[in-house]
Amino acid sequence: MLEVSGITQIFGGVTALDSVSFSIRKGDITGVIGPNGAGKTTLFNIITGIYTQSAGTVTLEGKDVTGLPPEKLARRAMVRTFQNIELFGAMTVLENVMVGMHTKSTSGLLACALKMPWSITEEHRICAGALKWLDFTGILDLADHTAGSLPFGKGRLLEIARALAVGPRIILMDEPAAGLNSQETLGLASLIKRIRDLGITVVLVEHDMELVMDICDRIVVLNLGKKLAEGTPREIQESPEVIAAYLGDDD
Amino acid sequence: MKRDLLLFIGFSLLVLLAPQLFSGGYLMNVLVFVGINTMLSIALNLLLGYAGQISLGHAGFFGLGAYLSGILTTTYALDPWFAMPLAAAVVGGMAFLIGFPILKLKGHYLAMATLGLGIIIYIVFNETVELTGGPSGLSGIPNLKIAGITFDSDVKNYYLIWTATLLVMIFSLNLAGSRVGRALRAVHDSEVAARVLGVNSRILKVQIFALSAVISSLAGSLYAHTMTFISPASFGFNFSIELLTMVVIGGLGSIYGSFLGAALLTLLPEFLRGANDYDIIIYGGLLMVMVMYMPGGLVRGIPSLYRYLVKSKKGEPGHA
Repeated sequence: MLEVSGITQIFGGVTALDSVSFSIRKGDITGVIGPNGAGKTTLFNIITGIYTQSAGTVTLEGKDVTGLPPEKLARRAMVRTFQNIELFGAMTVLENVMVGMHTKSTSGLLACALKMPWSITEEHRICAGALKWLDFTGILDLADHTAGSLPFGKGRLLEIARALAVGPRIILMDEPAAGLNSQETLGLASLIKRIRDLGITVVLVEHDMELVMDICDRIVVLNLGKKLAEGTPREIQESPEVIAAYLGDDD
Repeated sequence: MKRDLLLFIGFSLLVLLAPQLFSGGYLMNVLVFVGINTMLSIALNLLLGYAGQISLGHAGFFGLGAYLSGILTTTYALDPWFAMPLAAAVVGGMAFLIGFPILKLKGHYLAMATLGLGIIIYIVFNETVELTGGPSGLSGIPNLKIAGITFDSDVKNYYLIWTATLLVMIFSLNLAGSRVGRALRAVHDSEVAARVLGVNSRILKVQIFALSAVISSLAGSLYAHTMTFISPASFGFNFSIELLTMVVIGGLGSIYGSFLGAALLTLLPEFLRGANDYDIIIYGGLLMVMVMYMPGGLVRGIPSLYRYLVKSKKGEPGHA
């Protein structure tokens, strides 16, 4: 589904990522973990076209997508969420998700301004699609609220609903459980599983180990910009390198 | 949806009946300016209030529309109805080409670049004397004619300008409520998130910049054909700032707000004429108060002031 190979990122003189390679299987929930400063978010920003890496390639569904900007990746069915949720705060919850339907609609500037019949039909379809995803994430009752006024946990759900509206085959989530209470984290875990059940491949950067071990099919561990280990949750838990990286080495 | 339609119909009726209410000739002339300034404020608001991109050079696009229309109809004796869309197409095309490099800039840098653009256009109007008539202006621009009616009186011009203004309003209201309008607001709130969702923010910003220039150009052409005389002084930096003030005072991201801002800033100087030299103090003071206490502009400030007054009348606890 997604393959990264030899990703290297140098900021000034600091090597944030050093030749990281791994591949993500279709239909899996894959966790990317590692201590703070391991380069997880940088890696996400490179995969999703927000940064351009110093070296290395990204392959999506067999096609080289290295260096493609995020708007092009969205049209190739890859979408992401952000660690500090990036909502359109001045817009309503429904409108936020409607923006997610952007690539699934085509009416141009003039057709919209002149309210051509097809643009009206399309508008109804966009609205119906958006409502469906609000229902899926369980925030349908908040549709008319201003996104900026939502509590953090609901905002997180909105960001996921909005990303799903794009119709992704792969979704990358940057610390989806950050800032959530334990109840909300449980809900998130079941939501992520339901997203996987739709056939969407999920990749998440996460610090909540309980969540990662519970829902991930595979885990990639980064440390100090390098890939440390890769495997099933059980393999990772038992890996001596991983334990050393997290708990510190005696040397 | 229904409410929006009713609001627009109500507003249109008000526009239609206004000449009956204020039959004074001079006020009609002022209301013509309110219409032109409303079109210009809406154009700038699409860019600033919706897409979140500033322009300090919009008087330039307004002037280009006016001068192109003026020159084409006088020097080249073209029909005004043909000159206006031609001018708009040229200005739109120009804005589109300039938009690609200029809209890569953000915030203060974009403000400086558009400021420069406006000043360059102003200098061109002044210096290309054989083409524009230079500082002494261009006169003898023909009025618009349709089916034997020549738009040469204040009342006729009022109906001409306000028909155009209402068309610009409904066009912009439609756009604002559509997928394109949502994408613009999304880019305003979080450009990176909009891009992740597949919105090509770069093209979108250039498109809206060009559209904004086209509307400004049309307003400029209409101005030229109603006034029949134009000079560079109307299209300088001061007017760009005045437009910006109208948009902010009226309410960013609100089409009706643009009307309120344009109306206030066009009518106010007229009412303050009696105050002699003190008008500028009243004017400046009002602007300061507005920005401090109604940062959302008139369109949001008036309803909340109303709610506040109703609340305090009922004797509910309020602040002071």
